[in-house]
Amino acid sequence: MSQAVKEKSIYADAFREFAAARAGEPAWVERLREGAFERFEELGFPTTDEEDWKYTNVAPIARKAFMPAAPDQVEVVGVETFVSAEARRSRLVFVNGVYSPEHSAREAIPSKVLVEELGAALTGEHGEVLWNHLGRLSGEGDDAFDALNTAFLGSGALIRVPAGVVVEAPVQLLFLTAPGETESATFPRVLVVAERDSRLDLIETYAAVDDSEYFTDAVVEVFVGEGAGVTHYKVQDEAGGAYHVASTRAEVSKDAVYDLTTVTLGARLSRHDIEVVLTSPGASCHVDGLYLVGDGQHTDTHSLIDHREPNGASRQNYKGILDGKSRAVFNGRVYVHAGAHGTDAQQSNKNLLLSTDARVDTKPQLEIYNDDVKCAHGATVGQLEEEELFYLLSRGLHRDLARNLLTYGFAEEIVKKIKFDSIRAQLDEAILNRLHARLEA
Amino acid sequence: MLEIRDLHATVDGKEILRGINLSIKKGEIHAIMGPNGSGKSTLAKILAGHPAYEVTQGEVLFEGRNLLELEPDERAREGVFLAFQYPVEVPGVSNAQFLRLAYNEKRKHLGEEELDPLEFKDLLAERAKVVEMDAGLMSRSVNEGFSGGEKKRNEILQMAVLEPKLAVLDETDSGLDIDALRIVSEGVNKLRTPENAVVLVTHYQRLLNYIIPDQVHVLYKGRIVRTGGKELALELEEKGYDWIKEAAAGA
Repeated sequence: MSQAVKEKSIYADAFREFAAARAGEPAWVERLREGAFERFEELGFPTTDEEDWKYTNVAPIARKAFMPAAPDQVEVVGVETFVSAEARRSRLVFVNGVYSPEHSAREAIPSKVLVEELGAALTGEHGEVLWNHLGRLSGEGDDAFDALNTAFLGSGALIRVPAGVVVEAPVQLLFLTAPGETESATFPRVLVVAERDSRLDLIETYAAVDDSEYFTDAVVEVFVGEGAGVTHYKVQDEAGGAYHVASTRAEVSKDAVYDLTTVTLGARLSRHDIEVVLTSPGASCHVDGLYLVGDGQHTDTHSLIDHREPNGASRQNYKGILDGKSRAVFNGRVYVHAGAHGTDAQQSNKNLLLSTDARVDTKPQLEIYNDDVKCAHGATVGQLEEEELFYLLSRGLHRDLARNLLTYGFAEEIVKKIKFDSIRAQLDEAILNRLHARLEA
Repeated sequence: MLEIRDLHATVDGKEILRGINLSIKKGEIHAIMGPNGSGKSTLAKILAGHPAYEVTQGEVLFEGRNLLELEPDERAREGVFLAFQYPVEVPGVSNAQFLRLAYNEKRKHLGEEELDPLEFKDLLAERAKVVEMDAGLMSRSVNEGFSGGEKKRNEILQMAVLEPKLAVLDETDSGLDIDALRIVSEGVNKLRTPENAVVLVTHYQRLLNYIIPDQVHVLYKGRIVRTGGKELALELEEKGYDWIKEAAAGA
């Protein structure tokens, strides 16, 4: 038996079992899963021979054969520490992929706004929203991880904000991994439909109670309707032994704004694919992020901003801080179609190496098929500036404190755009360790 | 307070200082002048411990201790201060936070209790008067978006907060208009005590109209070629540096 066939078939039994357990859900969902599983079987896990996976080897994920987590409620203490304070009354919590009603809260969510656990949504009265949107941005692609997620689709959330509604409190989706579920896989799936002129802040959080080994394969689809605005924070703080592969795919309509900020702190190996399609004139997006990795961590961000219609704008600002023996990959692609006149696209990726063992591969790609555009991109990889360090030392600051301050300064551009204190505080903590306390004390 | 003996230093293998001898007592103000490239700024940076310069010969004693074996941050905590010619921007950290961190590092070093933000605020407000510093600049990131004059005033504010024993001002007058020059100079004068000393590194005499030095040294090609009182600066102003160069060539 060839390696490829063996890899693919590891999920066959699990899939049959899963499908049987989900009997009773609509036939179209069943077909969606079956189609996705067939596609996954054909594709198999990607290998480093593929251009998009050249620097990121997912063979360990295949080798470990992480099986879907059991659909049981797991007792877990200390959930509150992972909840963003701003979303205390507007959150859905999942533990090892299973929706946890006791840890979730919806008091701050307006009744017109639908924030529902996906399992309930699939069998409930909102089937039409799902049928119209689910898998539309990630259904047919050649992404094996998207396909695998869709095959095991069932855990996650559906959010729909009706036309003109402004959701004041941010909605947090917290995907927590708790002890007892090592060597297992979860497949979080989120669908966000923000209708015309609506507003939504979304906080998508991945965290772990202890330092276990597991696999998260997440897919988030976001539809931003005409004139609507969605601000989306993705905070990935998985356990040190975790594998995290995720895709975020958004479609942005006329005069709508999609603002994504990703914060990458955890996981042994993480990969994030971002695809934002500006489908109509005047659509715009911000795609910013900060990755902060240390010894033994590997993180990979692939983004595609697809300008299809005139007068769209995109801004991408990614910063990376690498310490110890760590590695980061950034591949940012901007595609401007022939008809997308007046496009304004900017992309920047800056990296700060705090150790000589860290390595970055950064590759901006601009593909522009018309002349009436304003596009700029830049990528840098550097170390702390000797002159800046000397300045701080010459004021009597100890070397570690001086380095921390400068590192913080490097990240600050991203940190300051985050409008929720809880996320900023988490980042401050991660970047500065003890410094934050020293600044405030 | 400071004894420099036969100091030789190189940068990238090139010799910049070629035997400096200088003695500074507490309470004194010394001006170091000289044409561009004479080694003035090199001397200032070496005293603060800049890593780009290598001392190849000689010694520097600060209060009897070998200054050269101390790290830059240790020197600062011992009371050596360098006002930078080109102050560095530190985004993300407010001026007030930065000053408090530096102030508390020194307090800790002296075995004194650290100040909390509230206590420090009062101290900072009082010290800011020395350089007529706008309170708005305290909450802004260190030097970020500051004008040239504001950056130089901020250097003197740091000096006011840290109260160094030895302050080395590296071309603090460059790029200042006449009002800013007056404010900065008056600030330095107010900070003067019988216990501390100041080294003014400058290309021009005009700063010395405001801060009266006890001694003026002329540096040329890495050596002090002439030492005199404040009238030496006036002589340089009048004649330029060419006569120094000619005298040095003839010597």
